[in-house]
Amino acid sequence: MKFEPVIGLEVHAQLATNSKIFCGCSTQFGAEPNTQTCPVCLGLPGVLPVLNEKVVEYAVRMGLAVNCEIREKSILARKNYFYPDLPKGYQISQYEEPICEHGRVDIQLENGEMKRIRLTRIHIEEDAGKSIHDEAFVGKNESLVDVNRCGTPLIEIVSEPDMHSPQEAYQYLTKIRQMVRWLGICDGNMEEGSLRCDANISLRPEGTTGLGVKTELKNMNTFRGVEKALAYEIERQNEVLQSGGEIVQQTLLWDEAAETAHSMRSKEEAHDYRYFPDPDLLPVIVEKEWKQSIADSLPELPDVRRTRWLSNYDIPVYDVDLLNSDKGLSDYTDKLFGVVNDSKTAANWVMGDVLRFINDQKIEIHDCKATPDDLAKIIQLVEKDLISRSSGKKVFEEVAHHGLDPKKAVEKLGLAQVSDSGALDQYIEDVIQNHSDEVEKYLSGKDKVFGFLMGQVMQASKGKANPGMVNQLLRKRLEELKS
Amino acid sequence: MAESRQTYQQIQSRLNNGETTSEKLALQYIEKINKSDLNAFITVLDERALDKAREVDRKIQSGSAGPLAGMVVAVKDIFSMNKVRTTCGSKILSSYIAPYDAHVVSLLEKADAVIVGKTNMDEFGMGSSTENSAYGSVKNPHDPDRIPGGSSGGSAAAVAADLAMTALGSDTGGSVRQPAALCGIAGLRPTYGRISRYGLIAFASSLDTVGLFSQFVSDCADLLQVLAGEDGNDSTSSPVAVPDYHENIEQGIKGLRVGVPEEYFRGGLDSSIRESVQNVLQAMEKEGAVLQPIKLPMTDYGIATYYLICTAEASSNLARYDAVKYGFRASDIQDLDQMYLDSRHDGFGDEVKRRIMLGTYVLSAGYYDAYYIKAQKCRTLIQQDFKKAFEDCDVIIGPTTPTTAFKLGEKVDDPMSMYLSDIYTVTAPLAGLPAISIPIGKDDSNLPIGIQITSDAFQEDLLFRVANWIETSNP
Repeated sequence: MKFEPVIGLEVHAQLATNSKIFCGCSTQFGAEPNTQTCPVCLGLPGVLPVLNEKVVEYAVRMGLAVNCEIREKSILARKNYFYPDLPKGYQISQYEEPICEHGRVDIQLENGEMKRIRLTRIHIEEDAGKSIHDEAFVGKNESLVDVNRCGTPLIEIVSEPDMHSPQEAYQYLTKIRQMVRWLGICDGNMEEGSLRCDANISLRPEGTTGLGVKTELKNMNTFRGVEKALAYEIERQNEVLQSGGEIVQQTLLWDEAAETAHSMRSKEEAHDYRYFPDPDLLPVIVEKEWKQSIADSLPELPDVRRTRWLSNYDIPVYDVDLLNSDKGLSDYTDKLFGVVNDSKTAANWVMGDVLRFINDQKIEIHDCKATPDDLAKIIQLVEKDLISRSSGKKVFEEVAHHGLDPKKAVEKLGLAQVSDSGALDQYIEDVIQNHSDEVEKYLSGKDKVFGFLMGQVMQASKGKANPGMVNQLLRKRLEELKS
Repeated sequence: MAESRQTYQQIQSRLNNGETTSEKLALQYIEKINKSDLNAFITVLDERALDKAREVDRKIQSGSAGPLAGMVVAVKDIFSMNKVRTTCGSKILSSYIAPYDAHVVSLLEKADAVIVGKTNMDEFGMGSSTENSAYGSVKNPHDPDRIPGGSSGGSAAAVAADLAMTALGSDTGGSVRQPAALCGIAGLRPTYGRISRYGLIAFASSLDTVGLFSQFVSDCADLLQVLAGEDGNDSTSSPVAVPDYHENIEQGIKGLRVGVPEEYFRGGLDSSIRESVQNVLQAMEKEGAVLQPIKLPMTDYGIATYYLICTAEASSNLARYDAVKYGFRASDIQDLDQMYLDSRHDGFGDEVKRRIMLGTYVLSAGYYDAYYIKAQKCRTLIQQDFKKAFEDCDVIIGPTTPTTAFKLGEKVDDPMSMYLSDIYTVTAPLAGLPAISIPIGKDDSNLPIGIQITSDAFQEDLLFRVANWIETSNP
């Protein structure tokens, strides 16, 4: 029998707020252990949480961007369980009345088709700390706890089981990362743990619509890891089912190095989290006016921009998706498109010179000192033959480094193209004098030699000669010699 | 005891006249505390108090002293106090030195009160007799064989025995009003949200309030004046404006509509308490108040509702005492589970463990709807009871407790009987309403009797007005 995988993802995104969700401590990654704490995030006796409004705003941003309904009143609830890196013995989360519900995102499949993935909910919650069991740091039978991360704000984005292959899950995850980055609410860095993904997966006979027994995969720390772990688990479940066995509901931990998964706990050992509304916190209220002002402040979303570009500009889909993958790059390109005549040429400049520059310099696009307007000017200089294409590249780098006006950069670098016919005639005459053999060959019908002569003229001008004009004038002069 | 005592306002003018000093007063109180055998205090802050008293004296000299200058206050050991051991009456916090001040502690210090010590209490506020303390029982100053009530028994006994002028307690289901009644002093539970809970170690967050003890109603008003108000560290603190609590305190009770709930005068109530309360009501009527028989039909469900909600919240609030970061940790630990189990087994007392287990059960999958949700519905009905009652009356008056102080050990093995001693005090917390208990005489065994006045939310000024009339007219 053939089986179809059914996959749902739970994505945790750390929100890029300056302070934690219930106290004023910093959320900076990588500080010395246990330095970013206070009585509140340590859960000391008597402290109370106070909700950071920015967290609500970010969650609503995401919710609106993925077409969720936003609850006017949502409830923060306690999820009770014991673990050393959970100082209060409960995590403040949302359970029965989450802030966002019933959303959707569209992902692009390998064949280019779009597929809609439904989102069950997005809720806000606090992160736990980190337990360190590594024997390099601690003795045998000892563990250390770093509570810096306690109280870092998270949103959990829960999808419907709408994905049917590891590739779809990968695309979905890519989409979620693009969205959170686009909205500026999370840096999307999976390696640093600011984006985390758990997967629920089951198999069902192809053509049926029910759901089989599922397992939950955790501890996937890279995008490729998610894809590999899902492929592994599909294969494992498939083998069990094909040999007539039954899937045991359980939680599995993915081991990235060994590329296998280990059982963490079975259904029988599953937690009863005893959720109940947190009496220390009032309901989260998102009034209509506030929701509207957040909606009004949303940037143009990537899907909308993609459609607009495809219909307004003559650019290949591949280029569009590449330029649209990151909001900074996309905004830069969009501004550029607004001020140039030829969008394809502009796209090539961004994908070539601009990307190369920011990659080489290891900077973000907004740190590049050549603005879209600057680049448009450079493109125009090339279009008008005032500088050559290769000079344009040098001018761009000069502007990108130092932020001066492109025309000044042309002067500074001495790259202004010589288009004055008198000056060019002089170069041409010199070349004809010094290469009489080649001129003879040309005159006897060996057309190929033209390229050589052309190159000599360019060299004589130190590359500054306008190649189009050189071509014209040289041909004209040689034809004169012929007759 | 009370006869020779002066109100804080009288003491304040003596301080300002130079008749006495804050240091002298603090010393007198510390001496009395050291001589006392009531076991009212877990920690006496003598040096700290004397330092503060000397500072207050300098401020009085320079005319910059705060509104509670020199007031000697005892603080229940449920309040976090910076650099002071804060035990909450529990072994599990026996070694815990708090690194921050509760909001009310900061306010007291800023107002130049002198905090003289941390008082004994039922562990985590769970109890009605202060017998559930890891630091020994507290004795009732009126009869050392009897309990002072609880859970704020140490604070109540301290004020009753004049080991402090006033005290802070906390009231979840009656933990201030009940011991105030049994010790013969005033005890106020303010409206939920009136005083910040920041630094009040949580037992049941939706019910816990800071509570106030004093010998005199006017002292209670002085304290509330300083402590009431919104606090950015407590989301549940209220922005409602704080009135001047002395403005109308002498206004009397003419024309006041007094609701008398029939449910508060049925079986189980000591006849001496019934008579005393009825005497007061008759005197009020004579003075011009209008007695209004009312019904609070949900009263019978108060105890059940209260114990479902408070245990549910407690089971979660007390999860943080896990021996990981602070507090008591059992020895000979082999693994994580054993550390949790042994530390909590040995660190918590029986009543606390009983409530954690009850609360865990209440919140468990499959029981949540039947217990927790149902209790929340009852809570709403109780709120509606009061709402309806306050359409016909301004205050509700009845007994604070069904009996006067019982004997040490009498009910300690009978939790149900102990829980029932809260029958008149648990409903106001469920409705978030303020209530005050003040003494109205004694029974045949010379034990104090308390009367409870309840008002609608944020009408503490009205409570003071009525209580002040009863206190001064002494019917």
